[in-house]
Amino acid sequence: MMLSFRKVMYMALSAGGVFLGVAGIYILLQADFLAFAQILIYAGAITILMLFAIMLTKHDTVEESPFTWGKALPAGIGTFGTLLFILWTIRTSSWPVAQAVPHGSNVSEIGLSLFRTYAIPFELVSLVLIVALVGTVVLARKEED
Amino acid sequence: MVPVPSLLALSAVLFTLGLFGALMKRSIVIVLISIELMLNAVNINLVTFSRYGMAPSVAGQIFALFNMTVAAAEIAVGLAILIVFYRSRNSSDVEDMDLLKH
Repeated sequence: MMLSFRKVMYMALSAGGVFLGVAGIYILLQADFLAFAQILIYAGAITILMLFAIMLTKHDTVEESPFTWGKALPAGIGTFGTLLFILWTIRTSSWPVAQAVPHGSNVSEIGLSLFRTYAIPFELVSLVLIVALVGTVVLARKEED
Repeated sequence: MVPVPSLLALSAVLFTLGLFGALMKRSIVIVLISIELMLNAVNINLVTFSRYGMAPSVAGQIFALFNMTVAAAEIAVGLAILIVFYRSRNSSDVEDMDLLKH
């Protein structure tokens, strides 16, 4: 549905809907913390950032698609083939389910594991974030000349 | 519980939709959103196996969290590039990103 809209703004808004749906899936999977992080980061920040970008550029852009079959056909066949292959793989393999482990508090478990086992990747991710922040500011700054 | 194959199928559908969008759409913003869709599909798989996999643990959720932060950084940098590109070429179309061709 998201790809079928013609206005870029509608597409971005429906992408926000998709992100909310994924957050619902996380709640179904009992990953509460991840669901809230998903709502905060994706449905909140990224969708708003997208809207800002659309507003700052041509905000009334309509995807004036002269729907070229020469481009759509190989892309469609390729992606559909990939989808069929993945679905076939899912269908033909067995998925043994371990007995449901009683999760304690999901948030505290994530916190403990994040700061004990994965402390160094955590710091590296913060490094990635600060590099992205500085890089974004440097890129989008108006060059005074 | 939700059966595992249906979750995997959902993630596969989301991934291929994102792939199709990234290949077909012409607006840069939509291409970035499609990339986000693909990352989301991967995250669904990670969380599914962290809950219902052979060895359920919290590691999959940690990995999905890292994935999210990297995706956020990627989208920020991509939008900055889009702004700079729009300022110089006055367009937000993938077809106009051909500076290296000439």
